[in-house]
Amino acid sequence: MKISEITKTVPIDEVGVEERVARLNSRSIKKESKVQALKLALSMIDLTTLEGMDTPGKVIQLCQKAKEPHVALPNLPTVAAICVYPNMVPVAKKALRGTDINVASVATAFPSGMSTLDAKLKETKQVVEDGADEVDMVISRGEFLKGNYSYVYDEIVAVKEACGDAHLKVILETGELQTYENVRKASDLAMHAGADFIKTSTGKVKPAATQPVTLVMLEAIRDYFYETGRMVGMKPAGGIRKAKQAIQYLVLVKETLGTDWLSPEYFRFGASSLTNDLLMQIVKQQTGVYQGADYFSND
Amino acid sequence: MSDRIEVLKTYKTYVGGNFPRTESGRYYKVYDANENILANACQCSRKDVRDAVVEAREAQPDWNNRSAYNRGQILYRIAEMLETRKAQFIEELETIGYKTKKAKAEVEASIDRLIYYAGWSDKYQQVFGTINPVASSHFNFSMPEPMGVVNIWAPEDRPLLGLVSVMAPVIVGGNTCIILASEKYPLSAISFAEVLNSSDVPDGVVNILTGFRDELLEHMTTHKDVNAFFYTDPDIDQEQRKQIDENATLNLKRVRRKPVEDWLSEKAQSPYYITDFQETKTTWHPVGL
Repeated sequence: MKISEITKTVPIDEVGVEERVARLNSRSIKKESKVQALKLALSMIDLTTLEGMDTPGKVIQLCQKAKEPHVALPNLPTVAAICVYPNMVPVAKKALRGTDINVASVATAFPSGMSTLDAKLKETKQVVEDGADEVDMVISRGEFLKGNYSYVYDEIVAVKEACGDAHLKVILETGELQTYENVRKASDLAMHAGADFIKTSTGKVKPAATQPVTLVMLEAIRDYFYETGRMVGMKPAGGIRKAKQAIQYLVLVKETLGTDWLSPEYFRFGASSLTNDLLMQIVKQQTGVYQGADYFSND
Repeated sequence: MSDRIEVLKTYKTYVGGNFPRTESGRYYKVYDANENILANACQCSRKDVRDAVVEAREAQPDWNNRSAYNRGQILYRIAEMLETRKAQFIEELETIGYKTKKAKAEVEASIDRLIYYAGWSDKYQQVFGTINPVASSHFNFSMPEPMGVVNIWAPEDRPLLGLVSVMAPVIVGGNTCIILASEKYPLSAISFAEVLNSSDVPDGVVNILTGFRDELLEHMTTHKDVNAFFYTDPDIDQEQRKQIDENATLNLKRVRRKPVEDWLSEKAQSPYYITDFQETKTTWHPVGL
């Protein structure tokens, strides 16, 4: 398939997308289904710390939280993965030894992606060698906006190759892509180039994940699936802090892609503070009492 | 010209600096002294309590971090704004059966009470803070610090003065609060919210709900993100008081019950109302080494 076919402009009805999201948000998920949704959302979290001030201690603490989200509720699912900067991969890998929790690392000069291809590939190979199970790369938004699609495509292909067996998540940074048409175009490009997941944002640019953007990307995943039969995962990241939002995202996924995608294998939340809100809601459902942040561990 | 149709005010709640309607969409009728319907008031639900607690919790650190002097200024500003709206509040109290003289006395006492607590804002720490003699080389001192978020049942029979008297000591000490207005006379409380909204009080520091105590008791006393519960009515029955105390143990909420007979008297104001919502922090500071 030619690049020009992959990147043809798919018109997006902005009002339609936003209205559909608003309608799906009015769904009421209560009682048992709510508990189920909360636990599912918990199992889909990529527990993330991407700060310049991260230390091994902070990462180890986060890994502990991933293994045992809330001591008072021992039967909860664990989160799907821990997401860290490249130099923290060995620390996280060691802290998570013996668990099913994956280690994801951002790579390719996250968050800007402003580096040479060589450096990006070297970084990718390094994190995979250090044990990262998943790699979160950023696309070159500058090149994309210039219309240099083949550059972006080739770059993703090269990084995918460098990943080997590790799963590749491609961050589109939708906050910088200006239009829904561009989001759709970048999604198509990333999927055709071999992305296992497409991800909305780095979390460093506002707006980060929004529901309309997520819907556009989910529809791209659906169309790609019809075209090729390959299931690509979705990861909204940044700004998802409340359990209620998380459930709304799950409704979007269910209504756009069906239940096959409602699993940590194909859907993730890039978040950190979402975890505690989910836990607070789960305890609220069990006890009937509204919870306070004082009773849940930080990170 | 035909007779003008009066534009009636919709009484909503006051949460996070906004005036939302109750999430439940329910209302109850409020009557004047002659049993005529005055207005519909929001019959708040547990979810309104939940939303208000979120706002109060979010507002608390910033409110606490302001200088005591600034909190005093803001209380003083509330008093100023109330003074300019005196006529409106007197009229509102008259519709529920107050004689003009009594209504005027109540509004004026409310203003004075705000000034009283504004004055205490940077003084109670000096009075109640202590320097403690210890047998080691430490400089040891204790200071009052706010509890956090306080749920309050405003007094049932004094719609304005009662509310001001329970709110002021709580917020002057750096707490934020959710106040359930008088069930029978909630309208002054919502009008007072308009005063708060125009007097530099940061959003979420005071949140005012209207509704039924029986219904909201459970959620106002069990919520684990609330640090204290304050009520004053003398005639709350034994069963309810027991329920309040039991629910409060869930997260060791401080329960303060202060039955007040006469809100106009000097006894209804005291710096001890402020310290009722303060915890003591003691610091050991090494010296002479």
